[in-house]
Amino acid sequence: MRLLPIVEHAVKGRVWDCRMCGQCVLHSTGMTCPMTCPKTLRNGPCGGVREDGHCEVTPEMECVWTVAERRSRSVINPNAWEREFDHLRPPVDNRLRGTASWSNLFSGRDRQTPLGWDGATYSPDLTVESSLGEVDDIDSLDAGFHERNPLP
Amino acid sequence: MSRLSELVESRERHIVTAEFPSIDGGGLDAVRSKLDPLLPYVDAINATDNPAAHAHASNVSIAIALATLGAEPILQVVCRDRNRIAQQADIMGAALFGVENICALTGDDVTAGDEPEARRVFDLDSPQLIRVARGLAEGRYLSGRPIANPPRLFIGAVENPSAPPLDYRVKRAALKSNEGARFLQLQICYYPDRLEKFITGCVAEGIDVPTALLPTVCLTKSARALTFMHDNVPGIDVPDDIRRRVASAANPAEESYQVTREIAQHALSLRGVAGLHITDFRHDGSLARLVGDLGLRP
Repeated sequence: MRLLPIVEHAVKGRVWDCRMCGQCVLHSTGMTCPMTCPKTLRNGPCGGVREDGHCEVTPEMECVWTVAERRSRSVINPNAWEREFDHLRPPVDNRLRGTASWSNLFSGRDRQTPLGWDGATYSPDLTVESSLGEVDDIDSLDAGFHERNPLP
Repeated sequence: MSRLSELVESRERHIVTAEFPSIDGGGLDAVRSKLDPLLPYVDAINATDNPAAHAHASNVSIAIALATLGAEPILQVVCRDRNRIAQQADIMGAALFGVENICALTGDDVTAGDEPEARRVFDLDSPQLIRVARGLAEGRYLSGRPIANPPRLFIGAVENPSAPPLDYRVKRAALKSNEGARFLQLQICYYPDRLEKFITGCVAEGIDVPTALLPTVCLTKSARALTFMHDNVPGIDVPDDIRRRVASAANPAEESYQVTREIAQHALSLRGVAGLHITDFRHDGSLARLVGDLGLRP
């Protein structure tokens, strides 16, 4: 499986200048990689696009999102993909950088988002703070803890 | 509830917000001296977040100072300098001091500033930040960790009605409105036809109902200032005829004011516009004059 990211990059890097974010959204962005935007924006163009449609940061380059928006309306782009252009794409999971988005797509890993993104919460019992609070409480330690774990 | 949120809700009159000048020292006295000329004329004031990628006293510190001095701050949060953890912490920290209004921006690139070698962050983008801020107000961090006493937040954002791809800007405003932006401060636009088309598009999509549209006007003194903005501020294009008009006027400062007044009057005449956001580079009482001339009385 370690070969897969290399193969993916060899193909997508050449065609789409793929940056291997590991959570490919090309189909929803007019087959234009949003990670090639200098600000790596996932949800449309910033307000700095120049009068000629070029990038605020790299004036010689057309804004990635100007291109993406145009391509998304192309007749060869499937309608479902065109509609997805306007959907909110979640924040990048930085842990996936360099991994193969192909395997992340099949496993569903690329669609995992932080719980709060879709309104869910987790049990606060699991926080480091509450765990440490417990450990810090001398009464909560079992008998013999310090004997078994002497300070250096 | 913040005064801004009440006005957006009631729409009883036009709303006036303004940009607060950057502060680099001098304690609260410096903040007070910049605030006094603004305070009587505006409903809420933007505590900017390292504007044009130049470091200044932080957005959170200025927002707290403004609140302390009796003004209603709008905490700008840009995506350029901090990751999602720090952005959430800033919003939560400011909220401890009663800062409710948040304005989510992408932010000018680091190359627009005086430290172009800095690392750019952009961990979130502005539509994502709007959703994350809404989550805080609903009682959870992005991670899903619950917040026992969620902050009261009134969330807004910006949009540029004048930057390509022009036809897409309304959709982008809709995306931000749908995610919870209740006001949109619109980038300075020297093309009345573009602003009109954008606002008309927003009205057609019903965006102006939940979300107050606040076009920005900019008070400048000279053709040089307009040219500087045109050349150096990302996303702002000042047409030649406006620059020529100011440059060839007998009194360029007065002509600049009149240009701004005309743009502001046109903006306020559009159905769907809820008020104005004012950026004042003159600091000579023109903001008070403009508010008076336009009949805006907060």
